[in-house]
Amino acid sequence: MLTKDRLRLVGRRLVQIAPVILLATFVVFGLQQLVPGDIAATLAGESATDARIAEIRKLYGLDRPFLVQYGSWLWGALHGDLGKSLLSGEVVLDSILRRFPTSLLIVGCALTLSLSIGIPLGILAAVRPGSRIDATVTSVASLGVALPNFWLAMLLVATFALNWNFFPATGAKPLSAGIGPALLHAALPAIALAAGGIAEVARQLRSSLVEVLSSQYVRTLHAKGLSPAAILWKHGLKNVSVNLLTVIGLIFNRLLGATVVIEAVFAIPGIGSMVVHAAIHKDFPVIQGVVLALVLIVISLNLLIDVLYTVLDPRVSQK
Amino acid sequence: MTADKQPLLDVRGLGIFFRTEAGEVQATRDVSFQLRPGERLGIVGESGCGKTVTGLSILGLLPRAQSRVEGQVLFEGRDLLTLSPRQLRAVRGRRISMIFQEPMSALDPVFTIGQQIGETLRAHRGIGKKEARERAVEALAQVGIPLPSRRVDEYPHQLSGGMRQRAMIAIALVCEPQILIADEPTTALDVTIQAQIIDLLFDLSARTGTALLFITHDLGVIAETCTRMLTMYAGEVVEDSPVDAALERPRHPYTSGLLRSIPRLSKRKTVLPSIAGRVPSPADMPTGCRFRARCVHGLAECEARQDLLDVSLDRRARCMRQAELTLPGAIA
Repeated sequence: MLTKDRLRLVGRRLVQIAPVILLATFVVFGLQQLVPGDIAATLAGESATDARIAEIRKLYGLDRPFLVQYGSWLWGALHGDLGKSLLSGEVVLDSILRRFPTSLLIVGCALTLSLSIGIPLGILAAVRPGSRIDATVTSVASLGVALPNFWLAMLLVATFALNWNFFPATGAKPLSAGIGPALLHAALPAIALAAGGIAEVARQLRSSLVEVLSSQYVRTLHAKGLSPAAILWKHGLKNVSVNLLTVIGLIFNRLLGATVVIEAVFAIPGIGSMVVHAAIHKDFPVIQGVVLALVLIVISLNLLIDVLYTVLDPRVSQK
Repeated sequence: MTADKQPLLDVRGLGIFFRTEAGEVQATRDVSFQLRPGERLGIVGESGCGKTVTGLSILGLLPRAQSRVEGQVLFEGRDLLTLSPRQLRAVRGRRISMIFQEPMSALDPVFTIGQQIGETLRAHRGIGKKEARERAVEALAQVGIPLPSRRVDEYPHQLSGGMRQRAMIAIALVCEPQILIADEPTTALDVTIQAQIIDLLFDLSARTGTALLFITHDLGVIAETCTRMLTMYAGEVVEDSPVDAALERPRHPYTSGLLRSIPRLSKRKTVLPSIAGRVPSPADMPTGCRFRARCVHGLAECEARQDLLDVSLDRRARCMRQAELTLPGAIA
């Protein structure tokens, strides 16, 4: 799998990624400069004296020039030190690591649902373009893309949790508490997130598969005497897999972002609700830490997908 | 040449219709011809005359939802148009193969050449992967691809245009079919490569006895390669004749016009003759001779329906004046 070409590709990508990450850290850290108000004043409390505010400013190093602050934060981040929460005093990296599995479970479930429902729907629609099945899938998918996930989330909670008591309405259980309870808690948020993903996968897969199946090389395959099943499952799917991979990457990134809203709706202690809470209370080390973690995850995923392209499409490594 | 042999392929009254938003449009009408074992038949005509759809319809490759085919395509005593999809698959690629104009888009980009040859074999012969690969190497060697044991693992984009078309031919011929339908196989290639591919098809056809149905707009190719030629105009066969006879004395004014519009090096500084006017649109076909509006020999009687008339035992032309006119051919 790891041929010389692929290693070279990874190396090239890493060289391209490094400045992107550096820029991202700068933007992430710079956020605090854009927020109105004085952090030191907020931290010091409502009736603090000027002397107390100055003391706090000095304590947190906020009196230093911006670039110096950035430099010391970056240096710390490089060594795995993202600072401590201004509110709870907890080490930021620890709370990210503690809360991340909860979010990842929801995103993972949502992605699995998106693919396991979206792929069959897309294939079903593409095999007979213009048929009634195709029309149904296409219109349901349009609806799925258009539905706001927080609205769907509230609808799901009202119906399945509050009315019928099938699922818990709020909260999360870690996987260590058992797969059953963990999945039960993750189910509704995952479904709410997956609706858009299912629709996106179905739509994208349908359109790329329709294109492949009407291509000239598929006509050649028919002329060779291959069965429609062999053409669809072997040639059709391999040819659309590159597109599918792109869609998976996009959806994963989008799901990760959407957890911010969904975790708020379901009161789930993941990194989404963590960053919302921190943002409301101007807990900058936490915001910076979480955003940086998300940036790194998205960039690594894109790198992985770039490498997988070369596995699926022999033309990629040539370019 | 061998008029006494039983025809291998007997196409009778082939009419192809396409469903469009403006209703059904007829692409070909009453196309009939025969292909005998080992024969090389060229179908010639300009773009849109129905030659490509005729080739595709033989193997049932027209999009089913948008087309309708009437008539008969008799092959080994069966009408290919009435076969079930399963029966048709047993014919495709094994008894009758087809190659296409653009080898780059006609080959699957994400499978190796070897895999694409091998799967044809495996679909029809039920052999193992290893044997299929060995046979693929042999097939590549047979179509003149250098270093076949290395090329077999390469992807279409790694080959040149000419090599891709050779690979395409290897795929088509690997099951030793009785008939190869070649739809403009050289149009997308460089001129020097064109000649090589034509030579290759000629050699393979002569060596294996595979009958060739050569669809092209290039009369030069037909003159070099084929034994018979079928001239098509506006969806109809206008002349069906041995190549030499047609080149010398065409019996249909359209064939004559095509022959006269081939540029010749011997006649410099002359204006290249062309056929004035345009092909009638399928939605607005004249009732009688379809070439009438462009024909210099047209009479009032040409407005009546024209049938293919026997010129001689192995020649037919769709022109009521075929016997009286002496039309110029390619050999002046």
